[in-house]
Amino acid sequence: MTAWKSIQDHLGDRHYIGPCVKGFKSLRYNALPPLPAAPYSRTPVTLHPQFIAGAKATMVALPGIVSWGLITGVAMVGAGLTPFAAFAMSLLVYAGASQLAAMQLMSAGAPLLLIILAGLVINLRFMLFSLSISPYFRRLTALRRALYSYLLSDNGYAVSIHNLASHADDPDRHQYFFGSVAAVWVGWQIGTLLGIVLGASVPSGWSLEFTIILTFIALVIPHIKDKASVAAAITAGMVGLATAGLPFRLGLIISAAAAIGAGMLVERPKSQGRA
Amino acid sequence: MDTLTVWALIFGLTLTSFCSRGAFISLLSNFTPPAPLQRALRLVPVAIFVSLVVPELLLVGGQLQFSPANAKLCAGLAAIAVAWRTRNTLLTLLAGMAVLHLVRTLNS
Repeated sequence: MTAWKSIQDHLGDRHYIGPCVKGFKSLRYNALPPLPAAPYSRTPVTLHPQFIAGAKATMVALPGIVSWGLITGVAMVGAGLTPFAAFAMSLLVYAGASQLAAMQLMSAGAPLLLIILAGLVINLRFMLFSLSISPYFRRLTALRRALYSYLLSDNGYAVSIHNLASHADDPDRHQYFFGSVAAVWVGWQIGTLLGIVLGASVPSGWSLEFTIILTFIALVIPHIKDKASVAAAITAGMVGLATAGLPFRLGLIISAAAAIGAGMLVERPKSQGRA
Repeated sequence: MDTLTVWALIFGLTLTSFCSRGAFISLLSNFTPPAPLQRALRLVPVAIFVSLVVPELLLVGGQLQFSPANAKLCAGLAAIAVAWRTRNTLLTLLAGMAVLHLVRTLNS
């Protein structure tokens, strides 16, 4: 809106001839043909209210995200990466768990392809998030979808999936997700930078990284509300415990798959009865 | 590891990272999951986050530790109770961290 107003002002001044008399001032606008309606009502610079709401909802998770980034930064430098390569990795890969695993494997002398394969397996959960959240982004441009793909994170997904699902008819609701994942991104990069610069001189006694687990608890409890989700939660807990020893976080995928299967089994008789 | 291998690693991980996140947002964006799959997807948050949380709370160094001495377990239970009653993320975090440090202090 403001951009079009300024164009109008600009044109108005060029077309304005004559002395500047108070009463004449309105004429210079009237002499112009009406401008076409602005194609977008917002300039891209202003932040959407939903963006701000999403970012605000993510603030409580930031201490955990910053500490998790910090740990990753320390690990990358500790494994022998130069500060530049470490920060490039943080910007490009932007996946804490797979970065940490890669550093462990690299220090252990694992071959390159195995490390990349491990990263793929650890990131498999993002495919599930991607599938789960993609219906809400279908109408967006390819560029914006690429940006959202890059920014997708556990915390951002957890904070916004409930909001997106309960306002599926609102075309601007993706801004809530954008605000949330942008806040996570900023917190993560700050944490990583601190970790790279400070190295291992940070007190680990505070256990701030544990707040990530607490955030997940706070976010998952509202989702446990019917038989199917209770069955999924119990199965996820038990299978998760049983498979925790498996390498490359494979246990996470196995237990998530088992939990979804259990939830579907519990849900099935009811929906068949209706059909 | 030499510089070239490090950059190859960073490039490879970037590819796996983007392709897994963008799989359905960017790459296969026109894929509409069939109805049963959509019901399954609604269970994704519970399935993944419970799978992440439970081993973190119950396993200490790979061993199951189901006792009051397990500070993370106590903190997690307190957090679950607060989250259940209040639905407030900040209160959940504060309660969990308070119990974690309280139990650690009591045990030391």
